[in-house]
Amino acid sequence: MIPDPMLEWLGLPVAGSAHAADVDRVMALVHWLMLVLFVGWSLFFAYVLVRFRRKAHPAASHHGLRGRWSSWIEGGVLAAEVVLLAFFSIPVWSSRVDAFPSERASTVVRVVAEQFAWNVHYPGPDGRFGRTDITLIGPANPLGLDRSDPAARDDITTINQLNVPVNRPVIVHLSSKDMVHSFTLPQMRVKQDAIPGVPQPVWFTPTETGEWEIACSQLCGLGHYRMRGFYAVQRQADFDAWLVSEAALLAEP
Amino acid sequence: MTGHAPDATRAPGFVRTYLWSTDHKTIGLQYMLTGMAMALIGAFAAYVFRMQAAFPGASVPLFGRVAAADYNYLVTMHGTIMIFWVAMPVLLAGFGNYLIPLMLGCDDMVFPRVNRLSYQIFFLSSVVLVASFFVPGGAFGGAWTAYPPLSANSAYSMTPFGSTLWLLAVALEFVAFLLGGINFITTTMNSRAPGMKMFDIPIIVWTIMIAAVLFMGSVGPLVAGAVMLLFDQVVGTGFYDPARGGDPVLWQHLFWFFGHPEVYVLLLPAMGIVAEVMVVFARKKLFAYRTIVYSAVATGIISFFVWAHHQFVAGIDPRMASLFSVTTLIISIPVAEMFFAYIATLYGGSIRFSTPMLWALAFVAEFLIGGVTGIFLGSAGSDIYFHDTYFVVAHFHYTFFPIAFLAAFAGITFWFPKMFGRMMNETWGKVHFWGTIIAFNICFIPLFITGTAGDHRRIFDYSMFAELATPEMQSLRILATRALLVTLAFQVVFVVNFVYSLFRGTVAEANPWKANTLEWLAPSPPPHGNFVTMPVVYRGPYEYSVPNRDEDYWPQHEPDEPADPDAPGARRPLQQPA
Repeated sequence: MIPDPMLEWLGLPVAGSAHAADVDRVMALVHWLMLVLFVGWSLFFAYVLVRFRRKAHPAASHHGLRGRWSSWIEGGVLAAEVVLLAFFSIPVWSSRVDAFPSERASTVVRVVAEQFAWNVHYPGPDGRFGRTDITLIGPANPLGLDRSDPAARDDITTINQLNVPVNRPVIVHLSSKDMVHSFTLPQMRVKQDAIPGVPQPVWFTPTETGEWEIACSQLCGLGHYRMRGFYAVQRQADFDAWLVSEAALLAEP
Repeated sequence: MTGHAPDATRAPGFVRTYLWSTDHKTIGLQYMLTGMAMALIGAFAAYVFRMQAAFPGASVPLFGRVAAADYNYLVTMHGTIMIFWVAMPVLLAGFGNYLIPLMLGCDDMVFPRVNRLSYQIFFLSSVVLVASFFVPGGAFGGAWTAYPPLSANSAYSMTPFGSTLWLLAVALEFVAFLLGGINFITTTMNSRAPGMKMFDIPIIVWTIMIAAVLFMGSVGPLVAGAVMLLFDQVVGTGFYDPARGGDPVLWQHLFWFFGHPEVYVLLLPAMGIVAEVMVVFARKKLFAYRTIVYSAVATGIISFFVWAHHQFVAGIDPRMASLFSVTTLIISIPVAEMFFAYIATLYGGSIRFSTPMLWALAFVAEFLIGGVTGIFLGSAGSDIYFHDTYFVVAHFHYTFFPIAFLAAFAGITFWFPKMFGRMMNETWGKVHFWGTIIAFNICFIPLFITGTAGDHRRIFDYSMFAELATPEMQSLRILATRALLVTLAFQVVFVVNFVYSLFRGTVAEANPWKANTLEWLAPSPPPHGNFVTMPVVYRGPYEYSVPNRDEDYWPQHEPDEPADPDAPGARRPLQQPA
């Protein structure tokens, strides 16, 4: 792949996931198309305005523009857009929503949004999410996790902190307790609305380690502007160590 | 159609002239002036929240410190007002009411009293909306799209009265435009001057009529949705509440099923204004009239099939995204076709850069930016990233600002002499034009950049987000805000020019621009009943620079010269109506 100078001019955040390059390529290609269209149109528009200003062309002609070239240009633009859509945009989209990896080979995590925080729920070593119940929700248990359920005993929950290991697919089961929120990981090129009552799966494969912010992109109330979380993409060993330290917190009363 | 002959024997009183008028011109101007007054409120809201975005926490002159709740309702009201209470009344109802009977050569709308009722309901809706600023809890702050559950439950939105009043105001406003739309369509179909065939109708009448059809076709589901939302708010039903079996995404579908055609409801009248202005100031026949009409119809039809491109990441069936990417691509074809036809109209013309023409040309240039930046958002692959960022904000301001302001200014400066019988000042008009255009671009280009770098929307204070609170990003926000202040300052020039010209402008003759359409036959300003003698139409509206004629225009009402029945654009003489 030839490096595209457009990508540097755009000033996008670091591309930290496996599909980010594809998304960025679509953006770069559309920018090229846009640039060509814009410059072409503007030059022709400016030419027409200068060439046919009253001083240069005192008497207008009655007949219109002649020739078929405008149809050719329009056809060309359309063809370019069809190519962009069919060969770049829709495949990127499909790979996001259709080709989910198997849960066994992925890091699986639940993210439950609420006014104004991100609750994160890991299944723990057994790989099974414990039962949750709306009646158990309280200040100390924002997810309503039923710790008496055997599958729940080793579950790890955090607030506003999502850690994932690098180079392994991550499946996020996204939902919301109250409003429509929008789960945004800019560096992963991930954005998905969290809709109450309608769980949404999202997946990505982080390829860069680092620590960044989770943003809420959908106005969700007075605290929308401070609904900030953090996410960290860690090396596997660091991630495992983090899980152990979180599990140790569970053991404490 | 009866009862509108000019009645010189009895001058109507103040109430009949202004409050209870059935004259389409009075109603049109009332819509327009109400819209312009609401624009001041919408602009003030923009001023306050942009000041907060640029200088978080600082006390904003004329407002004070901005709280998060203030920020949310200002953003919400800015969007609501600018679309529903500025663009709609000015472009659709204002120009539509004023121009349709005049350009069709009839004395009034076919249902003058329905028309009056339409404005009165609209006025009431404006009062309700403005009143919502002053109720306990303040005005609604859940964005102009009003997504539930936030909009449905005051425990979450914290605006128990504001959100209900917002909804009532919007619903009333829709009723007003439905009544107006009935008039537009019926009048265009039934009240054309003798001799005016369908393809002799000026483009702006076509586009306003198509816009009215679009509006009437798309608003029904949203009115039903609004009633359900009202019930959710007030009665405690759960149409949009998943805890009670409802679905919050349902509202998004109903809203955008209306919301995207609405873009074309506003774009089409703007395109109409631009067409009328361009032909006059290029002295050129409109290129491909029928193609433009068909394109406008096609745009209208396709606009019903693009709505879900607002919801790519909203949890709709993922397969729908590809479908709606394709429809979104398809709708760009007729719109591009219209723009091609406009440039082709200019080609070979003799272009005069008068103020109305400058606005019309700027509309084409600026809307182009809005159009091409839409490609990103219509394509699902890049929308993953750009959705709900400032890139979207910049994109739709490059569409809506040209529509609601550039085209409106083109129309106002163009028809001002007809409306008020005086010319506007050209020099100050050009000062206003250049100040607005330059400052507008400096205001919104930075927002494309901040959006690409990751600024998500409706954030009261970016200092919460370390990644976004960098000095570079903040300096772009400050630049945008400063440019906004300059844009607003230049609108003072317009207001002063407008008011001064109303009273002191050069007196305008009936046809100061030497234009062809029928409104220029009526005196300036036209009396009640519009025409001294009702016109008969002999040709299409765009016969400019016809060869072998002394004048470079050929009004629609002027009988053919018997000498040359084969001249281009000539039509066989009509029988005079009995």
